[in-house]
Amino acid sequence: MKRYLLPLVVFLVLLGFLAVGLRLKPREVPSPLVDRPVPEFRLPTLADPAQQLSPQDLRGKVWMLNVWASWCVACRVEHPVLVEFAKTGRVPLYGLNYKDKRPDALGWLEKFGNPYLQSMSDTAGLAGIDLGVYGVPETFVVDRAGVIRYKHIGPVTPEALRDVILPLIGKLGA
Amino acid sequence: MLKQGLTVLLAAWWLAVMMPVVANEAKPMSNDPVLEARVMVIAEELRCLVCQNETIAASHADLAVDLRSQIRIKLSQGQSNQQILDFMVARYGDFVLYRPPLKASTVLLWVGPFALLLLAAGVLALNIRRHRGAATGSSMTEAEQRRAQQLLDQEGGAS
Repeated sequence: MKRYLLPLVVFLVLLGFLAVGLRLKPREVPSPLVDRPVPEFRLPTLADPAQQLSPQDLRGKVWMLNVWASWCVACRVEHPVLVEFAKTGRVPLYGLNYKDKRPDALGWLEKFGNPYLQSMSDTAGLAGIDLGVYGVPETFVVDRAGVIRYKHIGPVTPEALRDVILPLIGKLGA
Repeated sequence: MLKQGLTVLLAAWWLAVMMPVVANEAKPMSNDPVLEARVMVIAEELRCLVCQNETIAASHADLAVDLRSQIRIKLSQGQSNQQILDFMVARYGDFVLYRPPLKASTVLLWVGPFALLLLAAGVLALNIRRHRGAATGSSMTEAEQRRAQQLLDQEGGAS
């Protein structure tokens, strides 16, 4: 009986490791930018390239920044969630149109709806690098002081919105 | 004959398909080979977060291309290697480094394999000692041993 005990224990430990490993999400790399100020950049808006917008203009309010692109398949998955969220008017949602072509991006918004108050055109992807973006879509929650409080990697799901983002927004006082 | 022709055709097709890939890999982004070599030295240190198990030097992902050009720009601005690595870590975290620094959060990563090795060696040593003990540790009593010796001596005497 005793001789079976050790292999059994080893097996169970291994099973435990595998179970934990299955739940890990290696795609989600924690961002060093959380609890840091939003990087400074100023970009032309998608709607009117003559106008410029910077995250610094948004000081004093809690807002969300969603990094998206018309070529991004996962963005289309999350888009209805964002459109619904924008309708509630909880906090302003801004977009960062990442490495996209303006006509494509405008056409995409026309087709699927525009949840963004404004989108900034990051054609070269430099603001994306400053934000540590490595996979679109990504979503940031920024507080009144202009500090990034949360980063969501991948499509925003209704569950993530309900369980994480909305409570956080509530805590930030918006 | 037909088979041979087919092989040649296949080889030609393969070359046609593979050539652009090979060419792409060696595509010099600037005309300065010294600068390009320095870019690659830094890029070898950095993980591509899109493909995670590739360096920025090896990856064809869009982001890797962008980051290589960032490295190139910063080098030509006279920034040091360390400054550029710091720039990347500030944006993508320690995970971007193929040789992450020894910190509280990375201790397990650095020490873990050696700890496991020590543990395994310990278990092995323990096992060996136990087995050796079982082999030499007499399962015979002293009386039995004397008797055995006697038998052996007798046999020696008889022959």
